[in-house]
Amino acid sequence: MVRPLGFLVGLGFIIALLCAIVTTPLSNEPQAAHAFHKHPRHLALSSDGLFPHWDKAKLQRGMQVYKEVCSACHSLNHVAFRDIQDLGYTEGQAKSFAKGFQVPSINPDTGEPATRDGLPSDHFPAPYANEVAARAANNNALPPDLSLITKAREGGKDYVYSLLTGFQNPPKNLPKELQPATGLHYNPYFANLNLAMAPPLTDGQVTFADGSPNDVKAMASDVSAFLVWTAEPKLVKRVWTGWAVFLYLLIFTGLTYMAYRNIWADKEH
Amino acid sequence: MSFPWAKNYEPQQPLMKWLDEKLPLPRLVYNAVGAGYPVPRNLNYFWNFGVLAGAALAIQIITGIVLAMHYAANAGVAFDSVEHIMRDVNAGWFIRYAHMNGASMFFIVVYLHIFRGLYYGSYKAPREMVWLLGVVIFLLMMATAFMGYVLPWGQMSFWGAQVITGFFSAIPVVGEPIRVWLLGGFAPDDAALNRFFSLHYLLPFVIAGVVILHIWALHIPGSSNPTGIEVKDEQDTVPFHPYYTAKDGFGLGVFLLLFVALTFFSPNLLGHADNYIPANPLSTPAHIVPEWYFWPFYAILRAFTFNFLWIDAKLWGVIAMFASIALLFFLPWLDSSPVKSSTYRPLYRKFFWVLVVDVLILGYCGKSPAEQPYVIMSQLAAAYYFAHFLIILPIVSRIERPAPMPNSITEAVLAKHADKSSASATA
Repeated sequence: MVRPLGFLVGLGFIIALLCAIVTTPLSNEPQAAHAFHKHPRHLALSSDGLFPHWDKAKLQRGMQVYKEVCSACHSLNHVAFRDIQDLGYTEGQAKSFAKGFQVPSINPDTGEPATRDGLPSDHFPAPYANEVAARAANNNALPPDLSLITKAREGGKDYVYSLLTGFQNPPKNLPKELQPATGLHYNPYFANLNLAMAPPLTDGQVTFADGSPNDVKAMASDVSAFLVWTAEPKLVKRVWTGWAVFLYLLIFTGLTYMAYRNIWADKEH
Repeated sequence: MSFPWAKNYEPQQPLMKWLDEKLPLPRLVYNAVGAGYPVPRNLNYFWNFGVLAGAALAIQIITGIVLAMHYAANAGVAFDSVEHIMRDVNAGWFIRYAHMNGASMFFIVVYLHIFRGLYYGSYKAPREMVWLLGVVIFLLMMATAFMGYVLPWGQMSFWGAQVITGFFSAIPVVGEPIRVWLLGGFAPDDAALNRFFSLHYLLPFVIAGVVILHIWALHIPGSSNPTGIEVKDEQDTVPFHPYYTAKDGFGLGVFLLLFVALTFFSPNLLGHADNYIPANPLSTPAHIVPEWYFWPFYAILRAFTFNFLWIDAKLWGVIAMFASIALLFFLPWLDSSPVKSSTYRPLYRKFFWVLVVDVLILGYCGKSPAEQPYVIMSQLAAAYYFAHFLIILPIVSRIERPAPMPNSITEAVLAKHADKSSASATA
């Protein structure tokens, strides 16, 4: 019984699929945006690959770019002030860095909303109180939180770097419906080509204490490196722990292979 | 049950003797995975994957229990609690990445285990029950993995839950009320997240229970082997311990090396970037894609685009997707060939490899966006998938003329070694 019934069921599915094949158009709806969309350019960082390390000076510069530019609109919710010790700051420096921020609090006497100096355990405060405020200030666009941005976008750091350096005038042959509307800016690295963020960086905008170059590309590279760290502060530790575990297991596997050969030596199989 | 020549457990120490009288647990282990279980001597490396699946399940349960200590199943804080594990919990990043990639490793070894069974006819008499329980485990794994993927409450978690629970709304008339009842709301939210967490914690233990039944059922006829010839006498077998504990130990080492490479060097390789964006019911991702181990089934689901015979295309897709797994329950009776191993089935062997390619194509289509040429590829591949199991396989098993087979496992082994030594002699 199973085989004849199975035959009929199989035939049913196959006919349904053949009907679907016949009725589905073979051409896709043309998507003009595809032709103008660009793949992100590669950004090489010291935290890449199998032997990574943090370029602390670069991360510090990146944090400065975030603090002086990005943080006007973008939050960094998952990063605490104490975490910046990873970037080569001392505990004292992290403390005084935190102190430079005002964080929401409650007045201990009246219970009214108030602010106080930041503590190392506080996270970077968000620029807007809530989503409504953020949208109201940004032409109804919501600036995303940047903590995980290099993990939350296809292309990661390459995408962030390309986006920051990719603002340009729309090409002449760009169809009318793809032209940036008022308040939008053309950027071929963005999924639908036009984004609400204005070009955030201009040459010389941030002055680095170490005198490093501060053109748009350098700043974009620095802040992308910083955002790789914010997305995964344990990245470098992860890879090097991996090597220790991998080498340990390699020896383990070698021993188990020898044990296997030894035990089976007298058995043909 | 065991073979008459199976070694008998004889405790030496007084403590073990005492224990054996009161609770013969060591005896159970000895007979299950010790020297008391005779196993064919000719198993190849494809027989390692059962033990590896067991190891993967153990790793998932251990890492999962630790994660549950730090995770908060509340739609408001679930995403943040996962980031808390990644940043603030000691070695939390390791536990979480191991659990996340452990699911992939579990599916990799289980898929190899299943295809091993398909190639060597392990589903055939007298091991039908082993196969049936295996399909139950596979279904439970899929349910568990799906619910686990929802827990971080990222964009793919949310929209995956939306799509999968949407299957139930394809049922005519009562579908939508059932979906709302299962979710505890009109869309995935706190109620759904909490029940998914509860079930995600429960189901692995159910899997462990069915695994015990799977092994129990296996031990009644004993393990299959690459020739598909049943064990005839003692020289066909070796005791499980130390022979296969040693071989499985080596297999485990290789498995862990791959697992470690994935977890530490490229933990997000098999994931999706969108799941690092917190769930947002108001913003639908451009492409909703499940985890890789669901891609072939997702392709079958989406292949049905035509309302055939008054049945909605969506319902066809859902029925076909469930049928694509459910038909595995009937496999022992769809394939009537008495020959188990593909080694001696020249025609079936060809179709087996076509099926492997077909499933890979389905997987590729399931990953790709719902546009041409992927739609027609998935339609053809899905049609072939059903044709393989429901039409080709029953016919092949009728018309095929099997190749000559050796009389026993030992004969096959000795013939292979004779070949090798004569080959080396001529060389």
